[in-house]
Amino acid sequence: MKKFINDVENVENEMLEGIVLAHPEYVSRVEGFDVLVRADKKVGKVALVSGGGSGHEPSHGGFVGKGMLDGAVAGSVFTSPTPDQVFEAIKAVDAGEGVLLVIKNYTGDIMNFEMAAELAEAEGIKVANVVTNDDVAVEDSLYTTGRRGVAGTVFVHKIAGAKAEAGASLEEVKAVAQKVIANVRTMGVALKPCTVPAAGKPGFELSEDEMELGIGIHGEPGTERKPIQTADEIVDYLMERILKDMDPKAGDEVAVMINGAGATPPMELYILNRRVSQILADIGVKVFKTFVGDYMTSIDMAGASITLLKLDAELKDLLLAQADTIGFKMY
Amino acid sequence: MATKAEVLDFIRVYADKMAEHRQELTDFDQAIGDGDHGINMSRGFKAVIEKLPTVEDKNIDDILKAVGMTLVSTVGGASGPLYGTAFMKAGAAVKGKEELSDQDVILAFDEAVGGIQFRGKAVQGEKTILDSMIPAIDAIKASIAAGKSMTDALVDAEAAAWDGVEYTKTIIATKGRASYLGERSIGHQDPGATSMAYAFQAAKEVALKAGN
Repeated sequence: MKKFINDVENVENEMLEGIVLAHPEYVSRVEGFDVLVRADKKVGKVALVSGGGSGHEPSHGGFVGKGMLDGAVAGSVFTSPTPDQVFEAIKAVDAGEGVLLVIKNYTGDIMNFEMAAELAEAEGIKVANVVTNDDVAVEDSLYTTGRRGVAGTVFVHKIAGAKAEAGASLEEVKAVAQKVIANVRTMGVALKPCTVPAAGKPGFELSEDEMELGIGIHGEPGTERKPIQTADEIVDYLMERILKDMDPKAGDEVAVMINGAGATPPMELYILNRRVSQILADIGVKVFKTFVGDYMTSIDMAGASITLLKLDAELKDLLLAQADTIGFKMY
Repeated sequence: MATKAEVLDFIRVYADKMAEHRQELTDFDQAIGDGDHGINMSRGFKAVIEKLPTVEDKNIDDILKAVGMTLVSTVGGASGPLYGTAFMKAGAAVKGKEELSDQDVILAFDEAVGGIQFRGKAVQGEKTILDSMIPAIDAIKASIAAGKSMTDALVDAEAAAWDGVEYTKTIIATKGRASYLGERSIGHQDPGATSMAYAFQAAKEVALKAGN
């Protein structure tokens, strides 16, 4: 393992210290906790809290700020934050209008956030939650925990955050978050595995000519391993599965996110986007807005995911609403 | 029967096992999960050992609840809420006790497994903690009902727990991150069932040492 690390036990903490030192105008840290909150707490609105294991930067602290999240909880690398940490975030951001928890569909995240919600409700704080599950690589059936929440979660942060910023009620913010969840689909691919600092070695092995399709955001193995193909062929494979599941019609409008897994350069992400745009044009689906970059990373994994969000008038308005955070800006 | 000293000893022995098997549990988790089970469990039990001196003068229920709270706030992932809830429920089941009868021990285990089922919304046969825990508790009940000592019952329980771990190699995971692998999870043992089997191993060793 070759990384910029002082102490594997202190990676998350030192990262949070570095974030606050770099961006004091955006975030401050709840003292004694791994919780980042808006530097300027906005009162009189529903607050949004998200979080998860560390290693997905800029998720989730990078999306704390105007028009997106009010608080983000950072767990250990790839490990859900604990209930006491989430509870602290809820208390810190609650402004009396209620708190929406945006949870990615992972067993640990759900348990820890649910326990935190129970603690908050016991203190009289109104809490609701939504669970994102945009990953089409995972079969959603009785026999799985259900689809994973991956990069599409960022669209939930953006759109539900905009709704909350506009003064909507907790029920309204939750409803629009669920609308995003119902319309967003993602699938990812890895070319090289990532290394959790505390583990010290890659989470799985891929030879020089292999790729892992359907990869999750925690380095967990995907659903299929194949010899590496051209960028266009890889996009064709991923888009086929996304489109099959989403089934957009000619004339539909979508937002596109080409998300880097952490160690893939923008050059390659743009090559992927080129093919995504071609495919959508071929089927008459209009690209309303495209985002290319690292939004939901997996430490140092080389890979990418493609996310499509089907839009209606409300989602388009909210997507373009002003947002100002470390990792996502809309003017 | 179990004394408070034995309960404390169990926690310490189990904590040692989590440190000792840190890499092994992590390797099992890398095969079908996200590769951090041993790291998280050893971190949590290290915190438990640091916490123990502040509660060891209290009743058994307070000790177990403190262990549970510490695990919930330090382990993270799914294991934190699951193991934490198990210890908290076990503690609540033996409120005010300074010593546990065999029936108290069984009740504590029953409440613990009930807590895990509630929190994890899982049943036996889904390649989880429950696949070693439920057979082990059933073995304790059967052995006690057959007139055996708790020490002998715990010997049987550990054997049943490892049988349960072996069983997890033969089934598809339908809960937790391993479920994303579908059939690819077959052939691998469940890390959670494994760490739970070590709990019964620890309990057995403490009972043998105490010579009840």
